[in-house]
Amino acid sequence: MRRGIPARRGATGWLVPLFATVMALYLAAPLVVVAGVSLNAQKLLLFPPQGLSLRWYGNLVTDPGWLGAIEHSLIIAGCSSLVAVSVALPLAHFLWRYRVAYARALFALGIAPFLMPPVITALGMLSFWATIGFYGRIEAVILSHAIFFVTLPLMTISLGLESVEQQVIDAAATMGADERTLFRTITLPLVRPYIVSGFAFCFVLSLNEYIIAYMVAGFTVETLPIKIFNSLRYGYTPEMAAVTVLFVVLAALVFGLIARYGDLPRLLGAWSSRKD
Amino acid sequence: MSTRARPQSLRPHLLLAYPALMLGILFLVPFGIMLTISFFHRIEGGFYEPAFDFANYERFVQAYFLRALLFSLFIAALAAAICVATGFPFTFLLSRFRRRTQVLWLVFLMSVLSLSEVIIGFGWSVLLSRTAGLSHLMVALGLMSEPQSWTPGFAAVLCGLCYIAFPYTVLVLYPPLSRLDPELTEAARTLGASPLRTFFTVVVPARRGAILAALILAFVFTLGSYLLPQILGRPQEWTLSVLITDQAIYNSNLPFAAALAVFLMIVSLALIALTLRLGRSGTAERPEPGGAR
Repeated sequence: MRRGIPARRGATGWLVPLFATVMALYLAAPLVVVAGVSLNAQKLLLFPPQGLSLRWYGNLVTDPGWLGAIEHSLIIAGCSSLVAVSVALPLAHFLWRYRVAYARALFALGIAPFLMPPVITALGMLSFWATIGFYGRIEAVILSHAIFFVTLPLMTISLGLESVEQQVIDAAATMGADERTLFRTITLPLVRPYIVSGFAFCFVLSLNEYIIAYMVAGFTVETLPIKIFNSLRYGYTPEMAAVTVLFVVLAALVFGLIARYGDLPRLLGAWSSRKD
Repeated sequence: MSTRARPQSLRPHLLLAYPALMLGILFLVPFGIMLTISFFHRIEGGFYEPAFDFANYERFVQAYFLRALLFSLFIAALAAAICVATGFPFTFLLSRFRRRTQVLWLVFLMSVLSLSEVIIGFGWSVLLSRTAGLSHLMVALGLMSEPQSWTPGFAAVLCGLCYIAFPYTVLVLYPPLSRLDPELTEAARTLGASPLRTFFTVVVPARRGAILAALILAFVFTLGSYLLPQILGRPQEWTLSVLITDQAIYNSNLPFAAALAVFLMIVSLALIALTLRLGRSGTAERPEPGGAR
């Protein structure tokens, strides 16, 4: 693993920490302000907060509106991540194990929706579900999210499979293991962390996704982002600030865990795999 | 890689059938339907009938949509340029940090990137507001005489767009920059070049392809922003993504919304194809002879 070069304290030595601090402040500022606002004792949009209180956090779990939105969001995120992984795993495995032309095309298909502006996928999904009469159903949101986010587990699992030594597979095959045994006893345990990361990426992004959920079932299935936006239209409520803080904490927790138990820099593409 | 074989039996194909069907039915078919609807004819009251006319496409030429399109392209390009101009040096430094620091930054960037646009829009609208925002702080510090609201407005939209695109840009640039051979910069430093000179004469030219790719990807990414222009901007700052949703949901004009989306898709796909081509020429590790354009 590469070590960082020791910091040189030259004439420009202070520039680097300054630049990093400015960027950190820019990225943290709105989150810090919202966190502060969420602690206001009164229903006011004030920063610094006046009178500290956690009642808006309490409201989230007692108010049926917010509770319902939390429930919808968790169901959608959980189910769609499962479906996304179930689509990505056989595809990535097939691509890694065999060489056929059309599998590449399928891989491209799995990457495409993620690269385009999401409003396009959202409108495509709206047209599709409206045509077959599933518009407004939670299942439609789940499947739409699964297809939209399939890119993430596809990328992480492919990355994981590339690190599996081909010799190990060959050795097992020589000793008589069939495809099924190979997969169950060698490949699956080795790529499991990558499957989990793919699931986690998918889960967090689905939880935060707005436009597809809104277009497919915005008026019947209220997810958390939709609920926040609807509240935002009618002015400010402190619960919005509280739920925002929860989102930030959850994202940091999930990615922190991935970093703790996995190799985040490698997952994000640092160091070319296997070659070096 | 050489041991990868063609499948011997039918079984592997059967395993592939499930992902193929899912992607085919839930991705290709919706796009086909959307493309078809974009040629349909709208009937008053929110319905549409099968037809084949270009009326929906001809409607863009109206000043209103053309203006929105130009504005979307302009603000997305501006945000992408700002993000790459700051993100490239930032990512270079990041890739040279100690591993622990790198991981901390990556967790932070991923967390920000995963946040919903609603949340980011809300955060910025609070930060730029009169009662809880920056101006409040400036008054407390004696820099301003009275607090004021900076949202909605062009600067607020731009600020928000840069906020969502910056972590994205950094993560796009992270692989090419962290794989850059450190000996390259060390050689330049040994030969007496200052860190800044090394950066501009060695790092930037070596990763010109990655810079262009990041510009285009950040551009497409901000082009897709839908909520920020609505939360932080006035109607004249609404982008094409906002208008598409407006047409589909509030005006119940699905054919026109589909035509707008198809158009946006063509623009994005063309740009992504360009990125892939650049990526292919950019991965060649040899320095171009002459260097100059």
